[in-house]
Amino acid sequence: MTERQSYLDAPHGIASWLLTKDHKRIAMLYLISITAFFAVGGIFALGIRLELLTPKGDLFAPDTYNKMFTLHGVVMIFFFLIPSVPATLGNFFIPIMCGTKDLAFPRINLLSWYLYVLGGMLGLAAILGGGLDTGWTFYTPYSTSASQTSVSIAAMAAFVAGFSSILTGFNFIVTVHRMRAPGLTWFRLPLFVWAQYATSLVMILGTPVIAITVLLIAAERALHLGIFDPKLGGDPVLFQHLFWFYSHPAVYIMILPGMGVISEMVAAVSRKQVFGYAFVAFSSLAIAILGFLVWGHHLFVSSQSIYAGLVFSIITMLVAVPSAVKVFNWTATMYKGAVSWDSTTYWVIGFMGLFLIGGLTGLFLATLGLDIHLTDTYFVVAHFHYIMVGGQIMAFLGGLHFYWPKMTGRMYPEPLAKASAILVFVGFNLTFFPQFVLGYMGMPRRYHAYPEEFQVLNVASTLGATVLGAGYLLLFTYFLWSLKKGAIAPANPWGAKGLEWERTQSPPTTFNFEEDPVIVTEPAYNYRPPSPNSPEIAFPAREVKHHG
Amino acid sequence: MADSHTTGEGVMPGGPMAGHAVPHVHEHHDPNLQHHFYDMDQQLEASTLGMWVFLVTEIMFFGGLFMAYILYRHWYPGDWAAASNHLNVWMGGGNTLVLICSSVTMAWAVRCAQIGSRKGQIVNLIFTILFGATFLVVKYFEYAEKFEHHLVPGPHFDPALPQQQQLFFSLYFIMTGIHAAHMVVGIGIMLIILAMAWRGKFGPKYYGPVEVSGLYWHFVDIVWIFLFPLLYLLGAHLGAGGAAH
Amino acid sequence: MSKGHTHVITPVSTLFIVFGTLFVLTILTVVTARMDLGAANTPIALGIAVLKASLVIIYFMAVRYNTPLTKVVVVAGFFWLLIMFGLTMGDYLSRSWLGVPGR
Repeated sequence: MTERQSYLDAPHGIASWLLTKDHKRIAMLYLISITAFFAVGGIFALGIRLELLTPKGDLFAPDTYNKMFTLHGVVMIFFFLIPSVPATLGNFFIPIMCGTKDLAFPRINLLSWYLYVLGGMLGLAAILGGGLDTGWTFYTPYSTSASQTSVSIAAMAAFVAGFSSILTGFNFIVTVHRMRAPGLTWFRLPLFVWAQYATSLVMILGTPVIAITVLLIAAERALHLGIFDPKLGGDPVLFQHLFWFYSHPAVYIMILPGMGVISEMVAAVSRKQVFGYAFVAFSSLAIAILGFLVWGHHLFVSSQSIYAGLVFSIITMLVAVPSAVKVFNWTATMYKGAVSWDSTTYWVIGFMGLFLIGGLTGLFLATLGLDIHLTDTYFVVAHFHYIMVGGQIMAFLGGLHFYWPKMTGRMYPEPLAKASAILVFVGFNLTFFPQFVLGYMGMPRRYHAYPEEFQVLNVASTLGATVLGAGYLLLFTYFLWSLKKGAIAPANPWGAKGLEWERTQSPPTTFNFEEDPVIVTEPAYNYRPPSPNSPEIAFPAREVKHHG
Repeated sequence: MADSHTTGEGVMPGGPMAGHAVPHVHEHHDPNLQHHFYDMDQQLEASTLGMWVFLVTEIMFFGGLFMAYILYRHWYPGDWAAASNHLNVWMGGGNTLVLICSSVTMAWAVRCAQIGSRKGQIVNLIFTILFGATFLVVKYFEYAEKFEHHLVPGPHFDPALPQQQQLFFSLYFIMTGIHAAHMVVGIGIMLIILAMAWRGKFGPKYYGPVEVSGLYWHFVDIVWIFLFPLLYLLGAHLGAGGAAH
Repeated sequence: MSKGHTHVITPVSTLFIVFGTLFVLTILTVVTARMDLGAANTPIALGIAVLKASLVIIYFMAVRYNTPLTKVVVVAGFFWLLIMFGLTMGDYLSRSWLGVPGR
């Protein structure tokens, strides 16, 4: 196709970026902002791991340590993980994968970014103005009556960021329902879109509940209401119900998009239609829906009724099933596929192994009897980090690599990409696997001091964190480098199938496609098995080795 | 498995464009058509769906408050009924009727936009705004009365009343307060729509903003339809007719 | 022709009939609330409120003429609320079932 000006070049100037309605530019604005917050959250993590090098609480004051783990959680969850894939890759690719020029509501998309930034500013204000020491879970009555830190400002930061997330989700839902190109039926959509759609359902239905809950915290602090205060007849467990009603589905907001990216990458590296496409598509919906029925597993030891505990426990086990379906189907896709061992594959395999461990350990915690011993220990910390960091962040970073040529028009250096994938994988396991053992042995979470016998594992964990951090820094460095010095990327460097690879240039033009309207006649992942006579699907930038 | 391939003419199979003729890009563009939509129908459908998705978030937002209400009413039925009797049923009931009237005029305004009656739109929108403002004025007087009688939660709450009643008033103020905030936003939106209607922007070809703002307005009415019996009529069957003290 | 969006214009008579019904239902809810009907007071009040809300949704908001998708969205919103109410109250209401003091 004839080279036309990309969305990066035209129009020019800061104002054209800050007032853009182009979903691709908004995606890049988000990418920059979430990276900044990842760094902030990472600094808090560094503080935690440094303190935990020694058994005594000798590096920071106890109150400071409380603020560190709280802010690590708040920043990473609300300002990094939740927007990560949806606001960057989702914003960038959903219109393209739907064959359309933009999302349904471009100005609301821009508004969502500004709200994110506002929420972020409020978050920074909370950090700098006294911090937050309640744990990211804001449990009452400590958060509403006793804590002297910037609880209300932090609560408002979460409120605003949540509203940003609602606007993103609502845009995606309307776009996928009403703006697909002619011929693009639901079952021809890439699985990435199904995953984002399911995520958007969760955003819409869950986020408002955390919004009202944090509003109530702020109101209770300001007006001395008693809604969660036992002294005034209120119930702290009600807070937990309301909080987790959102925060459990929130973890699906965090992982589903990553799973969508993995589906895309698995198909591309295997040169195969995703095995059991319909099952994978429906599993995203099943996870989204079932995910709303399990929040009580965070309340097993809160005085919640045993019968409610039973119900929540059973459904929690059930929600593992659609996730397992995905893992089986991805594996089946790769089996006898023409798998190329690019760095992309490294990220995919890393994700699958780590997500598997994280998911399986969730079943330990879902079991009522076991949970009594494991709850509030490092076992829980390890479990959710395996899913969120080993799973979601690896999927996100893998997706950044996979889509980098398309988004920026540049290739990243392949050997370094492999190196960072390995560093991240090794560093991650070294950081978090010891924490399973620590938790099992009884080390509580959120403690800055611990018995001597736990030190070796804690030191190993901190060492792992250093390696992990090095992997992230390496990645950040070569991505930045590639923007100026990377090889120019062709439209379809991977020879992949899909509207984003076959019908747009790298980077895309402002309105994405040359044709108007885009007409779709093929199913997704319409790879043909390789044979000596079949013509090249595209001209890959690097040689694709076919195995078997 | 390929469908019959169309080349730009004829009717599209599958997808949201099913049943539509393939649009030609440079045909008569309605000036109100945003560039990323194919036609006005798609734009209107997207806007309506979008507003309903947003209203679902509002349902869940208020839902959290109703959840707290359900629990505490279950725990403290007697105290809550007694606390409820401090509320003025006439003002609350009157406000309910005011909002119902505002919903009628709102729906009528949408109808007038659909049939292209500029005057009808303007009159009905003005009445909708007036009804909304009336609601807020009545609310102001209600709140003022609560302040006078030491029924506002916090350090000045009447110490003679049990804590559980203070809990009732906490929820009363939060629920009606957030509802009132939504009314204020609604009136703001209606003023903008009124200005646009005044300039003759809406007609049978383009009335989406009126319809979609109307959806928001009706929703705020619906929240009050639930708030009124739950907050005001809780203890009405007790005591001397349940009238306000 | 559009796939299903309402170009149907609500007749004025419909508006007034619904208005009248809502008016009457409001009076009804006040009157029945003042009567001591025991355990029936709450379901009646809620039932009337649900009826009023339904009338607003179906006629004033014209959901009646909307696409099936819109109707699903409306129902889903209220259904999700019921999930929150149901499972949460399920906890509180079943706490005493075990017969053990404090559990």
